[in-house]
Amino acid sequence: MGSKIAELLNKTATKIILAIVLGFIAGALALAVAGYDPGTSYSMMFTSIFSSPQNMIQVLILTMPNILTGLSVAFAFKTGLFNIGGEGQYIVGAIAAVMVGGVLNLPPVINVIVIVLVAFVAAGLYGALAGFLKAKFGIHEVITTIMLNWIALYLNNYLVSLPGIGVKNTEYSFPIKQSAWTNVLNGWKTSPHGQAYLSTHPALSTILLGTDINYGIIIAIVVAIAVSFLLYRTTFGYQIRAVGLNKDAAEAAGIRVKKSIVMTMFIAGGLSGLAGALQMTGTLPHALVTLANQPGYGFNGITVALMANSSPIGCIFTALLLSALQFGGSTIQMNLGAPSEVVNIMIGVIVFFVAVASMFTMISERIKRRRVKIAG
Amino acid sequence: MLVSILLAVSITLMYSAPLMFAGLGGVISENAGVVNIGIEGMMTIGAFFGAAVGYFSGNPWLGFLAGGLSGGLLALAHAVASISFRADQTISGVALNFIGPGLALFLSRKLFAGSAMTKPVEHPIPTIFGSYAAKSSNVLIKAANIEMTVPIVFICAFVLWFVLYKTSWGLRIRSVGENPAAADTLGINVYRIKYLAVFVSGVLSGFGGATMTLAVMNYFTQSTISGQGFIALAAVIFGKWKPHGTMAACLLFGFAQALVVLLGGSNSKIQIPSSLLSMLPYVLTLISLVLFVRHSSAPKADGIPYVKGH
Repeated sequence: MGSKIAELLNKTATKIILAIVLGFIAGALALAVAGYDPGTSYSMMFTSIFSSPQNMIQVLILTMPNILTGLSVAFAFKTGLFNIGGEGQYIVGAIAAVMVGGVLNLPPVINVIVIVLVAFVAAGLYGALAGFLKAKFGIHEVITTIMLNWIALYLNNYLVSLPGIGVKNTEYSFPIKQSAWTNVLNGWKTSPHGQAYLSTHPALSTILLGTDINYGIIIAIVVAIAVSFLLYRTTFGYQIRAVGLNKDAAEAAGIRVKKSIVMTMFIAGGLSGLAGALQMTGTLPHALVTLANQPGYGFNGITVALMANSSPIGCIFTALLLSALQFGGSTIQMNLGAPSEVVNIMIGVIVFFVAVASMFTMISERIKRRRVKIAG
Repeated sequence: MLVSILLAVSITLMYSAPLMFAGLGGVISENAGVVNIGIEGMMTIGAFFGAAVGYFSGNPWLGFLAGGLSGGLLALAHAVASISFRADQTISGVALNFIGPGLALFLSRKLFAGSAMTKPVEHPIPTIFGSYAAKSSNVLIKAANIEMTVPIVFICAFVLWFVLYKTSWGLRIRSVGENPAAADTLGINVYRIKYLAVFVSGVLSGFGGATMTLAVMNYFTQSTISGQGFIALAAVIFGKWKPHGTMAACLLFGFAQALVVLLGGSNSKIQIPSSLLSMLPYVLTLISLVLFVRHSSAPKADGIPYVKGH
C-alpha cells in the first residue's frame, strides 16, 4: 500500500500538478509584492471567463492555436528535439494560407482543405530546414529555430509592405476569400435571412457576430487524436520514439536517425503552420498584419507540451488551461490594473519546475531499472 | 571616406558590445559544462534593471551594475535547477526566457504607470571622449567617440581569456566542463565551480542587456532584447567556445546589425526595404553556423549534469 502511494507521488502527473501549483504561488507572490490582492486577482481571472458565453468562446478561440503549437513541440520532443521555432512556423503557415486563400476561389470546403494543406507543407518545410541543419551539420535546433522565427517575422512584414500584397495605408495584407473562412455558419450569418433571424435573437447574435467563433478548435482536437495515433499506432511513430529514447540503439536497429529528425521537424513545423493557417481562416482580419513582436503561440506551445508531458491528448487540456490563464490575465489588467505579465511569470515558473521534475522522474526510473537488474 | 569607415566601425562596436558581454557569459558557463539557453532572459532582465535603476538614480553606472546583478540572480535559478537538481538544461533555460521578460514587463508596468516601456534614461553611459568630442571640431574624434561599454567588454574578454587559459582557476573551470569526474577526484569542488560560472555568466549577460538600454538605446521596451541572447549563443558555437573566437563572431554579427542602420538610412545610395535588412543578422548567423561549425569542439561534458559518485 505504502509503495503504491509512493509510486503515485512519483508519477509525472503529480509532479506537473505540483509545478502548476508552484506557478500559481509564484504569481500570487508577484501580485502581492506589487500591491494587488492575489485572491481577488485569481478569482477575477476565472470568473471573468464564465461571466459571458462570449468570453468562454474567446478562450476556446485562443485554445486552438495553442493546442496545435503544443502538439508541434510535443511531437518534436518525442525524437528528443526541442522545437522552439513554433513562432516562425506559425507565421509561415499564416503567410502560405493568406497567399493561397487570397487568390484561390474553389468551392467552400475544398478551398479550406487546399489552403490548410499548402500551409502545412510550407511550414513543414520551414521546420524541416531546422531538422536538416541538425541532422547534417549538428547545429542545435534551439538556435536555428530562433533565427528562423525572426526571419519569418521580417518576411511577413516585408510581404505586407509590398504593393501587390499589402493594402495601401494599412498594416494589413489582402484577406483570404470568404469562401475559405472557417467561421461557424459563415455564409448564413451574413445572408439576409440569417441577419433577419439574428436581429430577433440577440443571444445568438452576440456569439455569431460578436466573436470569431470558428471550427478551428474541433479541427485541433481531431489533429491531436491523429497525432496520438501516429505516434503510438504506426511504425513511423515507433521509430520516432525509438530515436528519442536512444539514438544509438535506434541506429543499430536499422532506423535512419537523420531521416527521422528531418521528418519529425517537418511534421512539427506543419502542425504549427496549421495553427497559423486556421487562425487566418477563422479570425479577423483574415489577413496578415505587420508584426512588432512574435505572435506568442509558438512559445505557448512549449508550455502546453511540457505541462502535458508531451502527450498529444494531454495538450488539449493544457492548452485550455493556458488559454484560460492568458485570457484571465488580460482581464485583471483591464479591471484591476494588475500587470497581465504576471501570467508570463507563472508560465515561466511552471516550465522551470517541470524541468526540475522531469529529471526526478528519470532518476527514479533509473533506480527502478537497476533494481530489476539486481533482481533478475 | 576615413570618417565613414570610422563611423561604420564605431556603430559596429556599439551593436557588438551587448552581444560580446552575453557571448562571454555563454563562454564561461559552457566551459564549466552548463548550457545556458537562458541568456536571452538574463539579458532582458538586465536591460530592464539597467534602464530602471539608471532612470531613478540618474547614474548609468549604478544601472549597469544593477543590470549585471539582476542577470546573475536570475542565473542562480538556472544553476539550482541544472546543477543541484540535474534538470534538463535546455528546458530550465527556456523557463528563464519566460521569467526574465515576464518579470521585466511586470515591474515596468508597476514602476512606470502601467507602461510596458521605461522612461528614457537622462544620463546614458558616457563615451570615451565625453564632452570633449562635442566641443571638438575634429570629425574623426566625433566618429570614433564610442561608448565606454566597448573598452569595458574588451577588458572583460581579456580577463576571461587570461583566467581560463593562464590561471589554475581556469584550468579547474575547463576540467569541470571536460571531465567533471576526473576533476572531482583531484579534489576540485565541481558544484561550486559550476555555480560560480553560471552566476558570472548571468552577470555578464545582464551587463549585455544593460549595455543595450544604457549605451545603444536609452530606454527599455518589450522588443529591446529580440534574439540577441541567441545570437550570442550562436557566436559561442561559432567562436569554438573560446573568448577570442566568440568576440570575433560577435563583431561579425554586430556588423550585420550595424549594416541595418547604415544601409537603412534615408541618404544611403542603395534602397533596401527595412524589413529585409532587419533579417540580415539572423540570416548571417544561420549561414555562418552552417559554413563554419564543425562538430565536437564543445566542452565534452557540456550540458550533461554531473552526479557525484557515478
